[in-house]
Amino acid sequence: MTRALVLWACVALSGLANAKTVPDATGRQITVPASVQRVYAAGPPASLLVYTLAPGKLLGWTRALRPDEAAFFPARYAKLPELGRLTGRGGGANLEVLLDARPDLIVDVGSTAATYVSLAERVQAQTGIPYALFDGRLEALPATLRTLGRMLGEQSRARRPADYVERQLAEVRRRVAQVPEAARPRVYYGRGPAGLQTGGRGSINVEVLQFLGARNVAAEARGGLVAAPLEQVLLWDPQVILTSYAEFWNSVWDDPRWRAVSAVRERRVYLSPHLPFGWFDFPPGVNRLLGLWWAGKLLYPDAFRGIDVRAKAREFYRLFYHRAPDARQLDALLDEPGVLPR
Amino acid sequence: MRSHAAAYALAVAALAALILVAFSVGRYPVSVGQLATLVLDKLGGTRPLAPMIATVVLEIRGPRVLAAVLVGASLAAAGTAYQGMFRNPLVSPDILGVSTGAALGAVLAIFLSLGVFAIQGFAFAGGLAAVALIYWIGSRLRGHDPLLALVLTGVVIGALLGSAIALLKYLADPYNQLPAITFWLLGSLASIAPRDLEVAAPLALLGLAPMLLLRWRMNLLALPDDEARALGVDTRLLRALVVAAATLMTAASVAIAGIIGWVGLLVPHAARLLVGPDFGRLLPLAMLIGAAFLLAVDTLCRTIAPIEIPPGVLTAVLGTPFFLWLFAVSRRRW
Repeated sequence: MTRALVLWACVALSGLANAKTVPDATGRQITVPASVQRVYAAGPPASLLVYTLAPGKLLGWTRALRPDEAAFFPARYAKLPELGRLTGRGGGANLEVLLDARPDLIVDVGSTAATYVSLAERVQAQTGIPYALFDGRLEALPATLRTLGRMLGEQSRARRPADYVERQLAEVRRRVAQVPEAARPRVYYGRGPAGLQTGGRGSINVEVLQFLGARNVAAEARGGLVAAPLEQVLLWDPQVILTSYAEFWNSVWDDPRWRAVSAVRERRVYLSPHLPFGWFDFPPGVNRLLGLWWAGKLLYPDAFRGIDVRAKAREFYRLFYHRAPDARQLDALLDEPGVLPR
Repeated sequence: MRSHAAAYALAVAALAALILVAFSVGRYPVSVGQLATLVLDKLGGTRPLAPMIATVVLEIRGPRVLAAVLVGASLAAAGTAYQGMFRNPLVSPDILGVSTGAALGAVLAIFLSLGVFAIQGFAFAGGLAAVALIYWIGSRLRGHDPLLALVLTGVVIGALLGSAIALLKYLADPYNQLPAITFWLLGSLASIAPRDLEVAAPLALLGLAPMLLLRWRMNLLALPDDEARALGVDTRLLRALVVAAATLMTAASVAIAGIIGWVGLLVPHAARLLVGPDFGRLLPLAMLIGAAFLLAVDTLCRTIAPIEIPPGVLTAVLGTPFFLWLFAVSRRRW
């Protein structure tokens, strides 16, 4: 172990000879070797972006992919080892495991709040490995992809996905702008097995709704995840309900308590696709780009007329997961009950 | 004696008033007139009401009010029984691991991505299993005071179960399962459905009924074993019965409401300050106060903000000054 560390330190130092410095999203100057080859991603959103830009440089997934998730990736990347999370809730990767993976760079994508900056500083000081932080919000993704591409020495590979995200976001914005305020339905996002947790204003869990300018009924509540009393949901009387929980979607139809809600009466309760990663809510990464098309089409059918969610999915999966899903996989994704109106 | 009757009358009146208030307030506006119409309608044909009002009152608010009464009474009764039995004022219904076991069951079910009913089932089973395990081990540790053996076994096994919960939280998906676990552990009556009550209420009553019937004999549990035996009472059997009854009602409560602290610990003290330690008088009053207290707390939880306030927070915020006030007042009287 000691010899490996010394060896690693020598390699790291020799790499510094031709190092480059790139600022991360918090303005911290990150000095990385000219050619970054091994990247440790601190959480799922970071794994996905590193994988998109340079699948061969990703050392492992935060959590080993389950068989149903792995089916969407080329086999050699699906089998990457599990390395654990470094930050955030449930964070507890072993720093020695981290060192043992010998990364040139640690990347985290998500919140850039002071907590995460200080965590990055700590780990960087403790391990001597540069630790870059990026903004995980949807609108920041093009910039995140470009800067990360520069850091990884993959500028040219970053161009396509970054341009793609930029064009998609612009296209979504353009279509949303056509929808007059009065034509936007009241929407509720039901989280958890009973559908009684939801995201308030500013919650990362409903960023897709915010980007779509949707009338999130829970927006009067501030902050992150909150519990909503059922009476309040009845009072909000959402016209559309979105969820990521099959259990909630299945039970909502026969539950007398939900029967009075407009969305249930009009059968406008929809279940987001969730493989290999959720389209709507979690993890809060680039995977939610498809949620914009999916939810946009459900909320504003006229403005999103002509959008083929299936084609969007194929394009996105090929570009970001490096494998276009076959017809059977697309069927399984989109024909699951509740995903799209019948 | 007259002051005891007064305490009872006050508690019954407070509970009845609270039930009326709880039915008529909430996020969804239902007027007293509409409420009356609904009652008359149910009693037999007047003009039918908007279906929304019926849904709110009968499917959402009603079950929640009844659940608050049931859970409050159950937790208070279990706490009273255990504080008497263990002769210790710091004992709560969880002393033999029922809440911790239920929490482990629920957390496991959430970890396995099971549905609401499975989560409740796992919680109930987990509560029973934890107490069975602790009782079985505790009653096999001979050469010690049996109560001390039980308490210590409860503490150590409870810690073990707690670490299992911590492990599952650690392994859970942080975006998806961990928030669900956190919300469950905070406790809430927000998602009570009529069918939850249909299952939980009989189980809780199955525990409450024998305890109420046995309440005069339960004084004997507070005596040392040999003295009780001298009076011709089989304390082992009685103790096992009380534990089984308290476990049943607490497990049923926790299964539908999650973990709500404070009620089982401090309501018994409030009742004892009013009527003294005699079990026969104490138990019903503790149940009434527990029911009224949790109902008041839960009514605030669902009305003061568009989002739910966790009841565990309010029980402490409201309960602490209430308890201190009661303590001060009753001391003057005694």
